[in-house]
Amino acid sequence: MRIELVTKLLLVLGLSLPAFGQEKPKSTLPSVEQIVNRANLAAYYQAKDGKAKVKMTITNKKGQKRYREFIILRKDIKDGGDQKYYVFFLKPADVRKMVFMVHKHSDLKKGDDRWLYLPSLDLVKRIAAGDKRTSFVGSDFLYEDVSGRSLEEDTHEVIETTDEFFVVKNVPKKADTVEFSYYNVSIDRKTYMPMKMEYYDKNDKVYRTIESAKVEIIQGFPTVVKSIVSDLKTGGKTVMEFSDIKYDIDLKDVFSERYLRRPPREARR
Amino acid sequence: MILTKTQAILTLIALAAALASPALAQDNDPNGGVLWDLPVELHGFYEMRAGYRLRNDKHEKDMSIMENRLQLELSTFTEWADFKGKGDIVGDLVEEQGDFDLREAYMFTVPRDYMDVKIGRQILTWGTGDLIFINDLFPKDWQSFFIGRDPEYLKAPSDAAKVSFFTKAGNLDIVYTPQFDPDRFLSGRRLSYWNSSLGRLAGQDAIIHTDKPDRWFRDSEIAARLYKTVGSYELALYGYRGFWKSPAGLNSTRSQAVFPDLNVYGASIRGTVGKGIGNLEAGYYDSADDRSGKNPLINNSEIRYLAGYSQEIGKDFTMGLQYYVEHMLNYSEHKKNIPVGLERDRQRRLITVRLTKLLMKQDLACSVFTYFSPTDEDVYMRPNVRYKASDNLTLEVGGNIFFGEHPDTFFGQFRNNTNIYTAVRYSF
Repeated sequence: MRIELVTKLLLVLGLSLPAFGQEKPKSTLPSVEQIVNRANLAAYYQAKDGKAKVKMTITNKKGQKRYREFIILRKDIKDGGDQKYYVFFLKPADVRKMVFMVHKHSDLKKGDDRWLYLPSLDLVKRIAAGDKRTSFVGSDFLYEDVSGRSLEEDTHEVIETTDEFFVVKNVPKKADTVEFSYYNVSIDRKTYMPMKMEYYDKNDKVYRTIESAKVEIIQGFPTVVKSIVSDLKTGGKTVMEFSDIKYDIDLKDVFSERYLRRPPREARR
Repeated sequence: MILTKTQAILTLIALAAALASPALAQDNDPNGGVLWDLPVELHGFYEMRAGYRLRNDKHEKDMSIMENRLQLELSTFTEWADFKGKGDIVGDLVEEQGDFDLREAYMFTVPRDYMDVKIGRQILTWGTGDLIFINDLFPKDWQSFFIGRDPEYLKAPSDAAKVSFFTKAGNLDIVYTPQFDPDRFLSGRRLSYWNSSLGRLAGQDAIIHTDKPDRWFRDSEIAARLYKTVGSYELALYGYRGFWKSPAGLNSTRSQAVFPDLNVYGASIRGTVGKGIGNLEAGYYDSADDRSGKNPLINNSEIRYLAGYSQEIGKDFTMGLQYYVEHMLNYSEHKKNIPVGLERDRQRRLITVRLTKLLMKQDLACSVFTYFSPTDEDVYMRPNVRYKASDNLTLEVGGNIFFGEHPDTFFGQFRNNTNIYTAVRYSF
């Protein structure tokens, strides 16, 4: 009876029994759906909203470097579902004060709504949703890496469980829409943070990796503060570093035309 | 006149900033501060741009553009307002003169949660067209556009107050311009054009002289936009009361071009259509000085409308298409009253195609924007290649290419102005 009560309590608290040091029965391992859902929430939906300053260092094969700096604001409409993003550019100088805004829709039939604001023309431009696997601001990161790939686009299978990681293999349902044949994600068993992603080509060779190089706990939320993508084919590499991270900042709905033309306080100061 | 207006605006902004600073200084600096304590940001670019005509034009110089330009942008903010000043210092070798072009000098404040106010010199844009404007009656600089300056110069500044209200039911922008701000229109100074009085192409030999409405508060303009986003569709209604922005008539002695009264009422919608973005926009141009259409010296009333669609058609490759019509409303009166041979077509139709391809990790952008008019039988093409050599340095080559069957159509008249240009810009 006591044990039942404790179990119930622990379940309510979201902890699992194995933490008690009991023998780990195989059936208590989370299902692959649970794993990928929790990983998706950990990577893209921490807290209800947040902001961060992002610095990107793009290095090509010859070692030449380009820099990007922007403020990113995010608000979740529904955990694991729709989200809004606001990106305010600081560097390089020629794109300073430009704004890129996305209303992300988790419904695959509905494309994301995207806007671009060009301050020198005071122009609010609507941009076609387009291919999400194109470069984000000229870096080695793709749009999809930044805002997340819908779980419904792939089938998922746990191919390995180590003490530290669940390794999940993801195979696209529509192979012709992407450049990879599958990708493996190593998900931290404690935080559910995706720590490494490896993309395989048709010849079963890794050609692209994304690593969570540094994770910190911020306001109680495990957060990737340094992420590195390597393109093994081109020899290119992009490091994305996050600073000034704040969660639950009570963002108003700043994801509208009003704030495209006039960036909100959160983006500027 | 322009200079005094510029000075007046600068003075006003400096005054407002000075008034704003003591309150802030008290918080931060016990010694009492002045303007210099404000957090000021300085940015801008330095650019060299050179271009030549590809065809002989006896009315203009062979150099289509030859200039050095330094743009400086200063911005700062206090607790209650933002301030911005942006101006270009230009050394123009075609006109053999130096110039200061104050592009922005404004104060922005949010007096209420539901209200924004921007006062001063500012760039204003609204509407859904791509390089076609129906309900956007803010001043344009077509001369800069055709001689190959950066597209940002197509928009000329307004000296205006913009007040915006935001509610759940919809949003409202009202722009009041106390003294009419016309387009920086084509006057013959830099581009040869069709002169209907002379019945031939002309240029520096026949600079257009205008009688511009310029009385403060009496020759004012007011523009409004009511808009709302429903789902992924942006809906808007527009209204304008002012003047034709470029010369649209002649005075009774035919010695000067005039800017007749104009009212415009319009609407637009923009949103997702299939895999791309579609837009529709229309406007009724009420030429208030010639409602009957009988006066041959003043533009007739018109309906203007456009339909547009843009989509990604490949990786980093986008295409935009537009169909645009200007439809004269009192055509029979126009025909009856104008000397034979000078009448216009009832409709001017235009098709535009934009193709943009990004290459080399988006460092290289190749684009072509083409206007084609089946009614005027003329074409205007804007090819452009832009390469980002580093985060700060951009190299550019492009052209402005005009073809036309007739010397008196809108693009056809510019055929001798066909030019290519190149530019280097360092941004900081």
